[in-house]
Amino acid sequence: MNDIVNDPSNESLNHAAEPRYAIGIDLGTTHSALSYVDLQASDGEQAVDAVLPIPQLTAPGTIEALPLLPSFLYLPHPNELPAGERALPWSDTEETAIAGEMARSRGATTPIRLVSSAKSWLCHPGVDRRAAILPTDAPDEVTRVSPLDASTHYLRHLRQAWNAAHPEAPFDQQSVTVTIPASFDPGARELTLDAARLAGFTPTLLEEPQAALYSWIQGSGGRWRKQVAPGDIILVVDVGGGTSDFSLIAILERDGKLEPHRVAVGDHILLGGDNMDLALAHFVARKLAANGTQLDAWQMRALTYGCRSAKEALLADANATTHPIVVPSRGSKLIGGSIRTELTRDEVTAFITDGFFPRVEASARPTVRARAGLTQLGLPYAQDAAITRHLAAFLARQAGATAELEGFTGRVTADHTFLHPSAVLFNGGVFKSGILAQRVMDTINDWLYMEGAEPARMLEGADLDLAVARGAAYFSYARRGGGVRIRGGTARSYYVGVESSMPAIPGMEPPLEALCVAPFGMEEGSELELPGQEFGLVIGEPVTFRFFGSTTRRQDRIGDVLEFWGPDELHEMNEIQATLPADGRAAGDVVQVKLHALATDAGTLELLAVARDGQRWKIEFDVRTATGVQ
Amino acid sequence: MTQQTNLPGFFSRLSIAFGALFKSLGDAEFAARVRDDGVGPTAAPAPVPAPAPAPVVKPAPAPTPLRAPTPDSALQLLSLFQREARLIDFAHENLTSYSDADIGAAARVVHEGCARVLREHFTIEPVRSEAEGARITLNEGFDAASVRLTGNVVGTAPFNGTLSHRGWRAASVTLPQLAEHHDARVLAPAEVEL
Repeated sequence: MNDIVNDPSNESLNHAAEPRYAIGIDLGTTHSALSYVDLQASDGEQAVDAVLPIPQLTAPGTIEALPLLPSFLYLPHPNELPAGERALPWSDTEETAIAGEMARSRGATTPIRLVSSAKSWLCHPGVDRRAAILPTDAPDEVTRVSPLDASTHYLRHLRQAWNAAHPEAPFDQQSVTVTIPASFDPGARELTLDAARLAGFTPTLLEEPQAALYSWIQGSGGRWRKQVAPGDIILVVDVGGGTSDFSLIAILERDGKLEPHRVAVGDHILLGGDNMDLALAHFVARKLAANGTQLDAWQMRALTYGCRSAKEALLADANATTHPIVVPSRGSKLIGGSIRTELTRDEVTAFITDGFFPRVEASARPTVRARAGLTQLGLPYAQDAAITRHLAAFLARQAGATAELEGFTGRVTADHTFLHPSAVLFNGGVFKSGILAQRVMDTINDWLYMEGAEPARMLEGADLDLAVARGAAYFSYARRGGGVRIRGGTARSYYVGVESSMPAIPGMEPPLEALCVAPFGMEEGSELELPGQEFGLVIGEPVTFRFFGSTTRRQDRIGDVLEFWGPDELHEMNEIQATLPADGRAAGDVVQVKLHALATDAGTLELLAVARDGQRWKIEFDVRTATGVQ
Repeated sequence: MTQQTNLPGFFSRLSIAFGALFKSLGDAEFAARVRDDGVGPTAAPAPVPAPAPAPVVKPAPAPTPLRAPTPDSALQLLSLFQREARLIDFAHENLTSYSDADIGAAARVVHEGCARVLREHFTIEPVRSEAEGARITLNEGFDAASVRLTGNVVGTAPFNGTLSHRGWRAASVTLPQLAEHHDARVLAPAEVEL
């Protein structure tokens, strides 16, 4: 792990055959997909792409190739399935864990054996993400898996599906991109890369909102240049199954060419389409309970499916007033045993449109409840369900995002309370509903109107379900020189906490200062050295630092020390740790090291301790916590 | 539309198709009748020869060569209809004791599920693209397997007539692959909650 100088990706690049395909993987919270571009058949912006159907178990002994692989893992009981019923086309032994559609449907009735939302756990700072903790409520006899294992399993499944379909072009010899939320911290990015390595390949990482924009650029077949102009600021609103993600991308003109430039990313919001369906199902279940009908877990799942289709029908057709929902009986008596209810437009409007996308002021902010003293071992779901409030907070925080940008100076005045987007690109199945997309547009345009700005326009023609996988494949293709690239570098600046050198006062912690170790906007492949400071590290003794990130402090340079910062400016992340292995030195020796920041080609950030003789050690973002979860 | 008042409705058709399916499976003579009639394959999608991998096809030992049905694909389809649409549950119920409202609620489950199975596993398209009720002309050499002449069938082609049903054709069939020892006769496993 420490030996990052000999990056295996460099080696494989030298020896492997020239890739035939550029592959993009959308490793989603609830669904994964694989798209690819045929490099030989593509030229310039005309990329020839396709989506790989993924063979998966849909029932015991039944294999179907579906465009999406549900990101669920089912850990069956040894007696649960007959021999041979869980084999995949490429497996030579019985699978101990099942991924895909069957995992999802089986897991709904046996949740104690179902791993879901592994990706949200992968970026959960409170847990050890390499520890076998999932499913969290599994009984002791179930062999649990770690969030990393689960992600590895999905990626391996995709790799094997590819190899089965394209034996002539082995997966690990292709140019592969895996997408991650823009809000992923360095630790979660590195874990995603580790999962891919464990699955047998070394990909490049790409932020999902960028992938959505790539897909839109590709889908427009060159016409995108007519739809955006220099000076445009595109807001990407990506509401997936389990997370919401925002990014701002400015359009610059350089040497007569349009260049998209990603200027800001949002925070991690665990809130998505599945939460909406579940909220609706619980609401309908309460309505049924009031009439004396109790639903069990099996019926609840059927109700969730029913609510989803009812929601989609009502949100697609503005004239429909009600949509029936039938929960089939569990036994073989279908008639009489089934429960019929309905969802009305008022309910959907109140619950989804006004609940998740309320028309709020630009000054609205998500409500944050104080956490209860004992935090449960669970995912840190967003406490405020209103996506528009999260959006308002994001745009306000990023009011100065373009201030330093070439060609944008003077466009933002002191009167602007938030950054004014001029175009909006939607992504995620939620926005198949024109009503919801329109609601977000109306809300943003209200904000813009109040500040006397032109309304923003919606970028048409986005492929809402597969845009991320498609865009990732296009990115793999574009970075080989085939098409448009989005620039921008890292979207955060990073700091380590250092105690300030002031005289000790009894009973008071010395105040903390933040030392900038990696500035905003580091381009991939660049490496910076922390000037001046040297640290003495003791061989064999781990040293931990408090670690902070900021999505707004763009001016700080490496080595800058902050004594004060705004409450919203710096976010503390997991502690980072440097351990210097002996490696020919005596344990206990003190080595003087300098800190380096490196933005890797793979899309991760690395902090390195570099000794005077040039020896380098990696500083770990993902520190295994011995104490466990608070 | 107007001249079709004596034609069976959707649920009657469902039940006829379902009955024909079972009877074809169990009764070779009936199956042969359905085939020779030219009705079966268009009314019930099941007998469409599925491109399932390595189906067990044994040539029937008959004087005229007959294709034996492949029970696995038929069973698989039944299993899908049961899983998605509860079709076997529905067909096994005695409707007399239930109100139309109850039957209607169950019918929604069956209809939605059947439509899903048809959509996901078949590409079904009309044989004729003209609107029903339109006058059409069938020239010499028309495909008698895909167009059935009714009524005053006399004279020689070209035939002029009214399109009373557009017909359906399965343009493609994609049934799931099965594990080698998978017992397709289990259409739906019994469920035991622990």
